[in-house]
Amino acid sequence: MVIEQQYFVKGGDFSRAGIASSETRKLLKQLGISPEKIRNIVIALYEAEMNIVAHAREGTIRISITRDSILMLLEDQGPGIPDIEQAMKEGFSTASSKVREMGFGAGMGLNNMKRNTDLLEITSTVGTGTTVRMINYF
Amino acid sequence: MKISEVLELCNARLVCGDDRTGNEVLSAFSSDLMSDVLMLPAQKILLITGLCNIQTIRTAEMADIRCILFVRNKKASEEMKQLARENGLVIMETPFSLFRASGLLFARGLSPVY
Repeated sequence: MVIEQQYFVKGGDFSRAGIASSETRKLLKQLGISPEKIRNIVIALYEAEMNIVAHAREGTIRISITRDSILMLLEDQGPGIPDIEQAMKEGFSTASSKVREMGFGAGMGLNNMKRNTDLLEITSTVGTGTTVRMINYF
Repeated sequence: MKISEVLELCNARLVCGDDRTGNEVLSAFSSDLMSDVLMLPAQKILLITGLCNIQTIRTAEMADIRCILFVRNKKASEEMKQLARENGLVIMETPFSLFRASGLLFARGLSPVY
């Protein structure tokens, strides 16, 4: 069994932010994945989706679900992250005031993605974009 | 604490979830920072917040929070109510401040998350 989904995410569109995560949550529920696993997966995915909306021009989210795992691949076209190690530090943030008004941008998202996933890989090219790869096992 | 008791203590108005006022919340968390809300442990939490936008509802959806109390007369928009209904959330609105609502509920025995 392999289920694949793809979502387009527009930078700056806060009203639609979270739709990919919400759809993924519904799908995982239908598949009978445990609530605790679903919670971890969608929290990580939502944080990553918000990062595209908050920082990038646009991006795509690809979800692949197999019998025992979910792969979440997020690729954006945006400013990139110059220093990933620094960005992973709790409290470090480059978020705009608009993002903070929405209750985000406290510099906790990347850490929370790590906490909630079995594998997190971030690669980034300044001026081009960022790719986030996350895997969770059921 | 039952949701009906939260409504009464905070002089709050029920906006969504008429059929759920008999449900219980085990603890409460007061914050306008959704990043903090996304780090909470999973349990039956009441979120008390002055941050009233669509992402408040989305955050509750992802974090499995079933009940939100908006303070200082913040009004949930139609879009927010629609999303809340789809996800089976209880939404309440109180004229009290974050501090006052939290204090009243704490004094009546509702536990903090941390």
